[in-house]
Amino acid sequence: MNRRYPPFLIGVLAFAYAFLYVPIVLVIVYSFNDSRLVSVWGGFSLRWYRALLENEQVLRAAWLSLRVAIVSATVATVLGTLAGIALTRMGRYPGRFLFTGMLAAPLVMPEIITGLSLLLLFVTLQDLIGWPSGRGALTITLSHITFCMAFVAVVAQSRLAAMDAALEEAALDLGGTPFRVTLDITLPLIMPAMVSGWLLSFTLSLDDLVITSFVSGPGASTLPMLIYSKVKLGLTPDINALATLIIVMVSICVGVAGWLMYRRPVPQRV
Amino acid sequence: MPDSPAQSPSSDAARRLPRPWDNPAQVPFIQIKGLSKRFDDVTAVNDVSLDIFRGELFAILGGSGSGKTTLLRMLAGFEQPAAGSIVIDGVDMTPVPPYERPVNMMFQSYALFPHMTVEQNVAYGLRKEGLPRADIARRVAEMLALVKLGSLGGRKPDQLSGGEQQRVALARALVKRPKVLLLDEPLAALDRKLREHTQFELMNIQDQLGITFLVVTHDQEEAMTLATRIAVMNAGRFVQVGTPAEIYEFPCNRFVADFFGTVNLFSGRVAGNSGDTLSFRADNLPGVICAPATTCQTGDEAWIAVRPEKISLSKAPPAGSDENVFRGMVWDLAYYGNLSLYQINLDGGHIIEVSVQNRVRSAQRVAEWYDEVYVYWGKQNSVVLRE
Amino acid sequence: MQNRDMPLPVSGRWWRAGAIAIPYAWLLLFFLAPFLLVFKISVADPVVGQPPFTALFPGGGSGLVHISWDNYRFLFEDNLYPVSYLKSVQIAFVSTLLCLLLGYPLAYAIARARHPWRNVLLMLVILPFWTSFLLRVYAWMGVLSDHGLVNNLLLWLGVIERPLKILYTDLAVYLGILYSYLPFMVLPLYASLERLDPDLHDAAEDLGAGPLTVFRDITLPMSLPGIIAGSLLVFIPAIGEFVIPSLMGGLDSLMIGRTLYEEFFSNRDWPMSAAVATVLLLILVLPIMVFQRYQVRERAGVQ
Repeated sequence: MNRRYPPFLIGVLAFAYAFLYVPIVLVIVYSFNDSRLVSVWGGFSLRWYRALLENEQVLRAAWLSLRVAIVSATVATVLGTLAGIALTRMGRYPGRFLFTGMLAAPLVMPEIITGLSLLLLFVTLQDLIGWPSGRGALTITLSHITFCMAFVAVVAQSRLAAMDAALEEAALDLGGTPFRVTLDITLPLIMPAMVSGWLLSFTLSLDDLVITSFVSGPGASTLPMLIYSKVKLGLTPDINALATLIIVMVSICVGVAGWLMYRRPVPQRV
Repeated sequence: MPDSPAQSPSSDAARRLPRPWDNPAQVPFIQIKGLSKRFDDVTAVNDVSLDIFRGELFAILGGSGSGKTTLLRMLAGFEQPAAGSIVIDGVDMTPVPPYERPVNMMFQSYALFPHMTVEQNVAYGLRKEGLPRADIARRVAEMLALVKLGSLGGRKPDQLSGGEQQRVALARALVKRPKVLLLDEPLAALDRKLREHTQFELMNIQDQLGITFLVVTHDQEEAMTLATRIAVMNAGRFVQVGTPAEIYEFPCNRFVADFFGTVNLFSGRVAGNSGDTLSFRADNLPGVICAPATTCQTGDEAWIAVRPEKISLSKAPPAGSDENVFRGMVWDLAYYGNLSLYQINLDGGHIIEVSVQNRVRSAQRVAEWYDEVYVYWGKQNSVVLRE
Repeated sequence: MQNRDMPLPVSGRWWRAGAIAIPYAWLLLFFLAPFLLVFKISVADPVVGQPPFTALFPGGGSGLVHISWDNYRFLFEDNLYPVSYLKSVQIAFVSTLLCLLLGYPLAYAIARARHPWRNVLLMLVILPFWTSFLLRVYAWMGVLSDHGLVNNLLLWLGVIERPLKILYTDLAVYLGILYSYLPFMVLPLYASLERLDPDLHDAAEDLGAGPLTVFRDITLPMSLPGIIAGSLLVFIPAIGEFVIPSLMGGLDSLMIGRTLYEEFFSNRDWPMSAAVATVLLLILVLPIMVFQRYQVRERAGVQ
């Protein structure tokens, strides 16, 4: 409608977005600060970026995080999409209620509980069957897959629910088996949801600290674990540079995901 | 707000005294003067003026984007006019916010509050007036009885049928006894059978309460059956204002003629204008069409409009006059029970529509496909249009 | 909800079984089983060793079950744990309230904006949520530190004479949670406000309600589902929050997540931490169930 936009609301927007963005902008600005002091501007410099690239510990942690994130996101996308299909396209089956609950619970479960419980699982499994032996990249990946797949399932589910089931029924009617119909009709149609689910999983995995701290073993330090231990000791300027790099990378990922999710197949003229 | 709805004498006066709009001594109840509204670069309502009289059931008719809804929203106070004024019962409404206007609206979507019961919905406006509880209860009960919803007061809107929701919306707007009730497409969401029924109910209630109704609609049938007068709106302006019969029988231009029902249009030039007859030479039609004389000059470009039901059809040439008789062939026909619709391809290539009342019970038809037929009409049925 | 009751060909049955069973089995093994383990270990005794707890079936197959409720008893005897739980609930509650106070006007402002702007504004709320959580906390530490933006601004304005201690206090924890969880509040609120038919607003005005009355009578009650969902989405994870109190809080910002973390990593008392986690879970069961019910109802309402 064409009601006038109240000035009060413009004030709300200005305040809220300042609240959201000023801290981030400050981090980016200070990443180019030459001074060693975090709060004093000492001129433009790229020295913290250089220091970052020379820091082998950071590079090793980043490489581990990246590997874990790629594998977790991929497996979680497959499992989460299957789960989404199982929830929207499979009718009723025994245990469906429990299934729904197990998919929704990780979304709100405090990470500290999930992390502790997964660690206890891995310890017990090792005790019982000797797998997984020790803790490290493998246990981190398994844990990330578990909480990421719940997010993928939500994304896939909402896309499937919005999609007309008549498309699949038409394909079944034309003689496709359910498996082929899923492959030929359903998957191409929910592809955007799968891609954004993958990107979501990727960033979640890259970002996770608490669960990872529980299930990681000696020597397997991910980037967030490294940042946490550095920040715990106080503010250091090289974290600004690292944060800026991560913000830039994540922004690109989000941009792609948003574009895939919201772009319309046909441009609308109104 | 006056506390005497049903027995308002002025409404009776409006009914008894026919055509208050023809009486210059009558003071209009709603005066719209030079009203304009612009959205960004679109002019939705363009310098519109209109007088509506007390007790009228006035319809504003137009297609989507004609500006009719904007006009209604300005009357309710949801939109501020860019220019012009609205005076209701002698009071200038321009500075009055919607919640203080003596005007209530029935929304096209009904806009029933889903979290309130039917009773709470209807009582809402009275509660905002700060009336005593007992008065509110009494008036809500009266109003629910009037719209025949007495037993459904405790239900929530989503437990009602479309027709029941429509009546709640009506009751909610009427219970405040507004000076003017605005109705936005009041029947659009109802199915055909219910519409006809509701139409008469609306007129009945309006008659009982004597409140001035202003209906906005895109449905010419709805406007014609409901309204005392109609304003046809197009591109932000009124094209014609008049009673339903005036507008149907004496359209002022091709837009109105075409908007109301079906019409056969012939384009051409005035061939002669003498005495009481205008003769008209239509493009690609042998012979001339006769019409009542007008102020047109010979040679003027014009159009002749003839309604399908005004045209007669026979297989033999009519005896007597040969005025407005044209030969053609049955191109298509459709049987509707009460009437049959013919499409006749006239010599020269015009295809016109003729409707024939089936007044005699018979399985035979006046004419069959590809029969040669004659169509004819009295010259008073030709309408000369200049634009 | 779709309910297909069509006969499936054989390949269909295999496909169906697979599509359900694979993610199902994964969740049973990696989500449900671990929770049962947490409970099991919470009734074991701590021992020095690897793993550092006694077994549930010490006699192997002898059927002897070793259950010890000592951990739970200790949980209520030691002041530390009840204080931590209460502090968590208090901090989560205040933060949720703050989120609602900022989130509601924000969601309302976005929902009232014109169309192309709406999506942009919404995107801008979500965007920071995607950048690393840890780094957002870090950014706020900078803003709130003794020589950070807030203190410099207040000094410059002459409101204060020497820097206020904000970082490492409860206030910093509130602000950190507010900042990190704001999108969770705004999104459901926006969804319920955006669905609100503008005709309802006009109808109430038409019936004599002024702008504030319309808000109280129509907008607020109609957005109640969004308020509930948003509050739970902030409250539930905030109770178990660990990073924010650990990095931004003071020594007395003892939230249960932090206590558990320290119990586990510093004291290495696994059974005790498992008991702490079990009780935390019990505290959260009710809000989580309310949230689930709400989700189911919302989805039923959409279809």
